[in-house]
Amino acid sequence: MLRTLGGIATISGLLVVLADQLTAPMIAEKQRILTERLVFQLVPNAAAKRDFMITAEGRLEAAGEGVTGDPVYATYRADGRLEALTITGEGSGYAGPVRVMFAYDPDCACIVGSKVLKSNETPGFGDKLGTDPDFLKNFEALDTTLDADGRALANPIVTVKHGTKTAPWQIDAISGATISSRAMGKAANAAAQRAVPIIQRELANLLSQPK
Amino acid sequence: MAESSTPTSSAGKSGPAPILFDREENLTADTFLRGLWKENPVFVTMLGMCPTLAVTNSAINALGMGLSTTFVLVVSGALISLLRNWIPKQVRIASYIVIIATFVTIVDYLIQAVSLELYAALGAFIQLIVVNCIILGRAEAYASKQRLVPTLVNSLGTGLGFTLALLSLGTVREILGNGSILGIPLFGSDFQGWLVMILPPGGFFVLGAWMMLFNWLRLRKERRTAASSGVTAHAG
Repeated sequence: MLRTLGGIATISGLLVVLADQLTAPMIAEKQRILTERLVFQLVPNAAAKRDFMITAEGRLEAAGEGVTGDPVYATYRADGRLEALTITGEGSGYAGPVRVMFAYDPDCACIVGSKVLKSNETPGFGDKLGTDPDFLKNFEALDTTLDADGRALANPIVTVKHGTKTAPWQIDAISGATISSRAMGKAANAAAQRAVPIIQRELANLLSQPK
Repeated sequence: MAESSTPTSSAGKSGPAPILFDREENLTADTFLRGLWKENPVFVTMLGMCPTLAVTNSAINALGMGLSTTFVLVVSGALISLLRNWIPKQVRIASYIVIIATFVTIVDYLIQAVSLELYAALGAFIQLIVVNCIILGRAEAYASKQRLVPTLVNSLGTGLGFTLALLSLGTVREILGNGSILGIPLFGSDFQGWLVMILPPGGFFVLGAWMMLFNWLRLRKERRTAASSGVTAHAG
């Protein structure tokens, strides 16, 4: 009995390890292609990108072996000038976390685009986050100016009730999907509060693409 | 479950002390077709309802789920059939689960390597194939008693029957709820999807409608056979 179970467990272990070894490079490649497509969809003028990570200590480091943290992609136009940076944040919605990638433009110190990466929001209501044209307008120039000492946003990003947006750091919610809209606002705030101060500090190193 | 449709002559060559006594089956067309139609896992034996209702909101999800389940059914069935004389009765369920879980893990990796979008859409239901009662049912009722080739054929039939059932739900729900099939729009951009169809209740509605259709067909066939055997002139 023990021999049988041991034998089956051994075969099972061998097969799983083999499958993992064979598919790991393919999965990594798919992941890379998917990220690239998302970034270039979010920043349509981009011709090239550099990958960075915001580490746990709050530094911006070039992505590579052994560097972990939140990914930040700096995208460049064809002439090698910085176009925008993508930052990622998460907020909890109606049915679990909503994870969103935003395009941050340091020139206007604002968010200029959004792309929902992961959401389980209700089809027909909450899933409009990525498609509703009026809602997406919120993310064409969402103010993320830093405060005087450059450690946080001067005005935290907040989601307001549908039709009551008055300031450039407010997000006008989708009527009927307030909780999902609020999740998107929380994601934007989380992403900007964390990444923008660090990006502004390191901006000199990011402005042009190294040859 | 009725597995003894064709009695065979294998009584003499039973291997070293078979654990579960049951007649071995000869390979017939029925070995394959049974799972596809007469014992269709979803519409007839009503097994595997959880993925059936949960991941059939689009045809591509249904196809991905169906084919993954088929793969696990066939390969785990094959391994269980090969090992059937070595697995002691007391630990058979544990052994089956370990074998099934192995192949589910492999499928999990394979789907990620094929498409990360599909992987995200199927979510936890890939891992949950481990406890899918269709697979455990086939292992217990068929693979653990039969030789390799009939097991392969029967598992393939059952798997394709499951895939077919999922697809028939998935296509209807996608057409009604999203106006597309396999992601290709059918009705132009003005079409307003019938949302409830891709929400969880839609699964119940469409499953119910399909079962109504199949039961009606079955009853009609039974009535006809009864009528034709009553009027002896029609025997043929």
